[in-house]
Amino acid sequence: MTKVKVFVTLKESVLDPQGAAVQGSLAKMGYGEVADVRIGKYLELTISETTRDIDSVVKEMCEKLLANTVIEDYRFEVEEEN
Amino acid sequence: MKFAVLVFPGSNCDIDMYHAIKDELGEEVEYVWHDATDLSEFDGILVPGGFSYGDYLRCGAMANQSNVMVEVKKAAAEGKPVLGVCNGFQILTEAGLLPGALLRNVNLKFMCRTVQLKVENNNTLFTNQYEQGEIINIPIAHGEGNYFCDEETLANLKANNQIVFTYSGENPNGSLEDIAGIINEQGNVLGMMPHPERAANEILGSSDGLALFKSIVKQWREQHV
Repeated sequence: MTKVKVFVTLKESVLDPQGAAVQGSLAKMGYGEVADVRIGKYLELTISETTRDIDSVVKEMCEKLLANTVIEDYRFEVEEEN
Repeated sequence: MKFAVLVFPGSNCDIDMYHAIKDELGEEVEYVWHDATDLSEFDGILVPGGFSYGDYLRCGAMANQSNVMVEVKKAAAEGKPVLGVCNGFQILTEAGLLPGALLRNVNLKFMCRTVQLKVENNNTLFTNQYEQGEIINIPIAHGEGNYFCDEETLANLKANNQIVFTYSGENPNGSLEDIAGIINEQGNVLGMMPHPERAANEILGSSDGLALFKSIVKQWREQHV
């Protein structure tokens, strides 16, 4: 089994009103040093034995479904597991 | 004219859409389940609002992967009218049939009220029964209707007159340039956040939405009868 961690975040150019609300709360709590908050998604994929190239398959999944590249960026980490 | 109303798990405006076509417009209409693999018998495709697949991952993302969307893309390429309302609009952007995306409302609230729309382009098959610049009352009901696209896409939308409806007065969701509805370059795919099917009879508070469906039928009759 291989574990893949996928991180999906809004592009820099896209406003994140949820993040702005959280930043506002943090500031009110006394954490004024927080300059910006961006909220994203974290997905864990457990991949069973495959002959396909994991990197290219996960990239395909991200492009086709897991992220909307009009508004989101993604990156992923592949971890071997025993 | 025969319409298809697509139904996904989680669609909830399909009955309103069906009613508007059958009882208010007086045309033929059928529900079509998301796993359908043939839409050839239909002259127009309606993608209704709701919360397909619970809005999981992103609004419209999973619905876009269903069988029927392959057929919707075919119908769109053939020039058939395709209308996406609310979640239907979100699905059409996920499908790449319309540019841009719908983001969370800027005020983070689910907005449910009647708003005023301005008809920015009445030279489309969806709006030929409206006056240019006409102000119409149509209800909205969405949490993610904040239209976004990059600058280049916006410039194209403007250059090709693809912005069909804008919010007049108050912008309820923070959408770019007050955009409420856009059409594709070919002019046969319209996506809009407001619900014309919920404004199809005065008893509902407004019948301003009916002209949109009448426009589709008028254009179709001119071409086919």
